[in-house]
Amino acid sequence: MLSIWFPRLASDISLRARPVEGPFALTLRASNAENLYCLNSTASAVGLHPGMPLADARAVCPVLSTRPADLIREGRALEGLRRWTSRYGPHAAKDGTDGLIVDVSGVPHLFGGEVELLADLEARLERAGVSSKSAIAETRGGAWALARRGGGVIPEGGLLSRLGPMPVSALRIEAPVAEGLTRLGLHKIVDLTAVPRAPLARRFGAELLRRLDQALGTQAEPVAAEADAPHFGVRMTLPEPIGLTADVMGVLDRLLVRLCDKLASAQMGARAVRLELQRVDRSAAVVDVGLARAMRDPVRISALFLKGVDEVDSGFGIDGLRLTATVTEPLAPEQIGNAQARAEDELSHLISRIGNRLGFDAVQRFLPASSRIPERSFLTVPAAYAAPEPFPPKRRPRRPITLFPAEALAQVSGSPPARFSWRRMAFTTLRAHGPERITPEWWFDNPAWRSGVRDYWRIETNEGPRLWLFRTPQSGSRDWYAQGVFL
Amino acid sequence: MRTLRDRLQAGSDKPLHLLKGRVHEVEGRGRTGFALYHAARLAGPIFWIVLAHDHDRPMPGSLPEGVAERLHFIEARDETNLLWTVEEALRARPVSLVISAPEKPISLTAGRRLQLAAEAGGTTGLMLIQEGRGSNAAETRWKCDPLPSPLDSTRHRWILNKNKRGTIGIYDVSWNGTTVAVHLVPQAGERHQPEGPPR
Repeated sequence: MLSIWFPRLASDISLRARPVEGPFALTLRASNAENLYCLNSTASAVGLHPGMPLADARAVCPVLSTRPADLIREGRALEGLRRWTSRYGPHAAKDGTDGLIVDVSGVPHLFGGEVELLADLEARLERAGVSSKSAIAETRGGAWALARRGGGVIPEGGLLSRLGPMPVSALRIEAPVAEGLTRLGLHKIVDLTAVPRAPLARRFGAELLRRLDQALGTQAEPVAAEADAPHFGVRMTLPEPIGLTADVMGVLDRLLVRLCDKLASAQMGARAVRLELQRVDRSAAVVDVGLARAMRDPVRISALFLKGVDEVDSGFGIDGLRLTATVTEPLAPEQIGNAQARAEDELSHLISRIGNRLGFDAVQRFLPASSRIPERSFLTVPAAYAAPEPFPPKRRPRRPITLFPAEALAQVSGSPPARFSWRRMAFTTLRAHGPERITPEWWFDNPAWRSGVRDYWRIETNEGPRLWLFRTPQSGSRDWYAQGVFL
Repeated sequence: MRTLRDRLQAGSDKPLHLLKGRVHEVEGRGRTGFALYHAARLAGPIFWIVLAHDHDRPMPGSLPEGVAERLHFIEARDETNLLWTVEEALRARPVSLVISAPEKPISLTAGRRLQLAAEAGGTTGLMLIQEGRGSNAAETRWKCDPLPSPLDSTRHRWILNKNKRGTIGIYDVSWNGTTVAVHLVPQAGERHQPEGPPR
């Protein structure tokens, strides 16, 4: 078992992104007070320790620079490290919030031995700027204890002699239990093996003996490595930087084939794809593409990238590309050649193309809604995210075919108006139907309907247009407004 | 056996049909109604492309039967994006009708490009243009206005002003906007008074 402990994971991650000279700490807000959460080595050397209030720390060390802690980022970093450590063994799992455990049975000879494996691991982590302590032992408990007390290798059969002198708190037990054992004079692990087990279990619970057995190898403790979530990402690093759009598209096409194969093997389709272009000077450009429905067709996705890639400034050249399907949906294999499926496919591809240029919100579909308020009698939703729904058959009263925000009429005479002008055109009334009274929905605050109930009239004019006019009797105003045009 | 009446009705709205795979233009106050008539007549997805700052919007609940479900409504930021979207939609095979309301006159180049796109996709295009802002490339140009009539409140006058392969004409129709059925109203036979008893 290989156990790795990251004593300063949070601050290392933070400093990796933006280095700081001198003492540095991350602070965490707990019950209305800022406390130190994680320190770098300089800060620890000054005498600060985690859990200390920030105000006290500042008094001790006025030059301390701090940043707020980001627990989510820390978790993500640990997950990344877990994925990386799978290079040392097939089963790698998180061990608490600051450690990893890897089952390296049968692996060390590939690295030339256990000591060489540890040296390789620590050298790589150090180069990455993450401080770590690691240990290899026969048991998980033993490796855990040793990693937190200096690290190293326990050779086969040397568990008891190496763990024996360690304090009982190295057994992964809770602090009160460890304290209780110390009070009884059982300071070291070797002391526990000498006393009868039954009274120990009666006094401190079965947990203590389980931990002891696990550390000494009497009880097995496998690494429960969680299954990796499928990761739909591929990348390519180039020996020489490239800068032409055609070259980038060529690399992209190769990556897309690999990505789509990955998606196909998991029966998934991409809804959004992101291309990261890493420039030589370590800056990066990102091109995002959305898809109107789940898809894994490399040729079509490639066509959507063309405009975005064309706009990217390649700087001194691009030497790394990373392609990820950021949003995925299940997509079962489909029979090809079906005419209807092909038409649907083409339609969603058209919506993708338009959506990537105008934005997916701009491509809309109408859904029915039950409201008497004309503006709220339908919903406008992005077409890429909603299936069409049939509208109920039309009923009386008649509604206009064109609707617009209320426009005030000018030069109105009569009620209902006998003559009026709208959009700088003069009209005289031929026929008037009405009124139809519509009451605002009091449970929604709609600014346009604050003037109260509306009396709607259908006015046929001698000039041709048939208009939908209304007035607001409750507001006391005598103004007339137009809101729609009938067929 | 087909009666004379059947034959008259079956062939009655033929002159109103738009040629498939071409782009047509329509102007006048009744242009939206004309577009909806064709939207109801043609089966398949409909794309309706407008400029984002244009406030006139179709009201889905009152469109002809089956149109609102098939309608994709697209708001383009500016004229260039609008024309690009129209071209893309015209080029797509499954789309049956592309309706668009540009503000500026369509240049001859743009008009030709749209025609080529429509030919490639076999799609019908219908541009709702402002008066006199058409393109020479248009296959037909219609002028549609609602017609006031003392008897009938569903009367429209659809004038075919330009036709590249056929005759022009003036059609008075009566269409209430629920189904595809239109009645061509003969102008000569229009009476403003009920007919008197025969002598």
